Amino acid sequence: MASSFSRVLSSKRNLGILSVVGGSVTAGFLLHREHLSAGPSVRRLYPASAEYPDLRKHNNCMASNLTPTIYSKLCAKVTPNGYTLDMAIQTGVDNPGHPFIKTVGMVAGDEESYEVFADLLDPIIKERHNGYDPTTMKHPTDLDASKIHSGQFDAKYVLSSRVRTGRSIRGLSLPPACTRAERREVERVVVDALAGLKDDLNGKYYSLTQMTDEEQQQLIDDHFLFDKPVSPLLTCAGMARDWPDARGIWHNNEKTFLIWINEEDHTRVISMEKGGNMKRVFERFCKGLKEVERLIQEKGWEFMWNERLGYILTCPSNLGTGLRAGVHVKLPRLSKDPRFNKILDNLRLQKRGTGGVDTAAVGGTFDISNLDRLGQSEVQLVQTVVDGVNYLIECEKKLEKGQDIKVPPPLKQFNKQ
Amino acid sequence: IKFGGFFFKNCHNDYKMKFSLDEEFPDLSLHNNHMAKVLTKEIYGKLRAKSTPSGFTVDDVIQTGVDNPGHPFIMTVGCVAGDEESYEAFKDLLDPIISDRHGGYKPTDKHKTDLNFENLKGGDDLDPNYVLSSRVRTGRSIKGFTLPPHNSRGERRAIQDLSIEALASLDGEFKGKYYPLDGMTDAEQEQLIADHFLFDKPVSPLLTCAGMARDWPDARGIWHNENKTFLVWVNEEDHLRVISMQKGGNMKEVFRRFCVGLQKIEEIFKKHNHGFMWNEHLGYILTCPSNLGTGLRGGVHVKLPKLSTHAKFEEILTRLRLQKRGTGGVDTASVGGVFDISNADRLGSSEVDQVQLVVDGVKLMVEMEKKLEKGESIDGMIPAQK
Repeated sequence: MASSFSRVLSSKRNLGILSVVGGSVTAGFLLHREHLSAGPSVRRLYPASAEYPDLRKHNNCMASNLTPTIYSKLCAKVTPNGYTLDMAIQTGVDNPGHPFIKTVGMVAGDEESYEVFADLLDPIIKERHNGYDPTTMKHPTDLDASKIHSGQFDAKYVLSSRVRTGRSIRGLSLPPACTRAERREVERVVVDALAGLKDDLNGKYYSLTQMTDEEQQQLIDDHFLFDKPVSPLLTCAGMARDWPDARGIWHNNEKTFLIWINEEDHTRVISMEKGGNMKRVFERFCKGLKEVERLIQEKGWEFMWNERLGYILTCPSNLGTGLRAGVHVKLPRLSKDPRFNKILDNLRLQKRGTGGVDTAAVGGTFDISNLDRLGQSEVQLVQTVVDGVNYLIECEKKLEKGQDIKVPPPLKQFNKQ
Repeated sequence: IKFGGFFFKNCHNDYKMKFSLDEEFPDLSLHNNHMAKVLTKEIYGKLRAKSTPSGFTVDDVIQTGVDNPGHPFIMTVGCVAGDEESYEAFKDLLDPIISDRHGGYKPTDKHKTDLNFENLKGGDDLDPNYVLSSRVRTGRSIKGFTLPPHNSRGERRAIQDLSIEALASLDGEFKGKYYPLDGMTDAEQEQLIADHFLFDKPVSPLLTCAGMARDWPDARGIWHNENKTFLVWVNEEDHLRVISMQKGGNMKEVFRRFCVGLQKIEEIFKKHNHGFMWNEHLGYILTCPSNLGTGLRGGVHVKLPKLSTHAKFEEILTRLRLQKRGTGGVDTASVGGVFDISNADRLGSSEVDQVQLVVDGVKLMVEMEKKLEKGESIDGMIPAQK
């Protein structure tokens, strides 16, 4: 079953282990894998100047950072899997963006994209992640949930708690570039590992191509089912190809741990429950992630990770922890206070409507989560959310009693070494 | 996945060859399109290692058909060409699809091209009380460039530059102006919308999944003559879409202008060593296999409120080798008994043949409509299969 992959990928797995240990030496090694490369560059008929995209009306991170010089330097390069710069930036060229909302405008087709196109991705990462410099800084990973304190919120205010992240399987291309075979292999590797989860994590996989009508209805009712992407940000990057082949949803019997397979990333991992016990949600999150990692490692696989970028995901905005920890919280008074946005900013939090990104809040109930992804660990970010939400609830209580609230001082960001 | 690379190896496809045929073969179990009906593992296995000189592969050809399973009633093609060479490199897949779509057309058949408008008989006397407007459209691909699913920004811009130059040299009844999509003023845009000339970024997933909307609106535009009777779309679904039209029923004049305009444009492109893609088997080469041959759709907007509700309407259309659409174009409904009636065929008969069928068929249907208005039967007028 995995035989063709074992041959192809055995050396990839060795390299993967090396990259955990090594540093720049590994990066160089990754770029010289003769057995897969058709050559270090793609030859082109037109000069870079004739191919350079028209970005005059664009407002996204790619458009802000892609100079003609950088384009010229990178346009003929290709990753060992055959992914090119034009492919990586296509979504940003096709989606000029919005004056108020700055999208990233670029994706990675594989792990190597972050190396081969570093001249463009590093400044984008720096811009998107508040000055994090991938050329000099290291990203901390910490999945020890015991370190979280005060992680239980007042259930009168917090309706639900949730932590999500993504994980990519090293050696297989990412959703913008993966072939049908690779996508099916991602599904096999992950479903196989999930079948080994026990006790409160024991669960079941529902393939999008094979689920029954009843199963589908139940998943919709539980708000678990994801659908074919319609956002042009995703479709222009090629992530909806071959839908619904090799896509599916796994969840545990208790419906508190959920995994999406082959949507925008190889996997999206979600821990959630009603009420305000964020600590427990995070404990389950960490336990589940570590278990899955152990199970795939038993079969010779591992997650994409390195010490400068943390966990490697499709969108540069999700590098580092890829973590969004959030709550649905009732803040009817605070949300009407003109200082609300400033308070959120200083606490390094963002608000969304209860339908998720790009939705509006309903009845004073907001989705509040961490802004940052890269440069701080999972524990640090979850603690930030815990502290921040506790503060917001205190403000709401004060306003209920007619007392005044204070805008907290801005939180210090990651240590810029 | 599209490339800017030319004439060299397709690195991504080489990488893909490491995976097995079974692992890469698409799941077409729920699909209903021409590609899904024809593509077997054997054919896929034979073609998957191939790449045209510009780097287009069988997966590129079929992606739109994999992503759009189709509809039980409407049979879409489910594949596109990325360049002229696609029709040769992927013959094993495309020939059977072409045969299914074009009435049994064989790989050994030859297609006749006839753009001599004088060969059209009649067509200048369709009753304008019934025939509201007449239109002929086709597409043309410019040799030496890859097609919209595959071309790079550099190529698309070169196509636009060449087209602007060619169109700018037209004079007389063809004197006109080019409006680039990303450069027109608001006033120009309003006018083009009011004239029903403006085309928009494709939203149909049939086109977007084939990569035809990439880099929109870069190097896309509309040219039309001063009289607004001859219109060219640049870099939409094909390199060029050429349209001749006018109000009323003088299809003969519309076709004359169509033929003359096309030939003038072709001469100019040939002078630049970039003539149109054509061969004697497939006629004019276009992006979608459904448009091979003449690529011609000649039609009218015609009032047939009584005939369209007659029990034999569909059969009459079939026998006349015509198709109906709503007045909004493909996949729209008719309004007020007014239909868009056009030729059903594209490949295996010439431009003159196809427009002749429209002219003769519409004339007959208008006569039928008049008979039905008088309460008379049309049973004696039902034509034999053309």
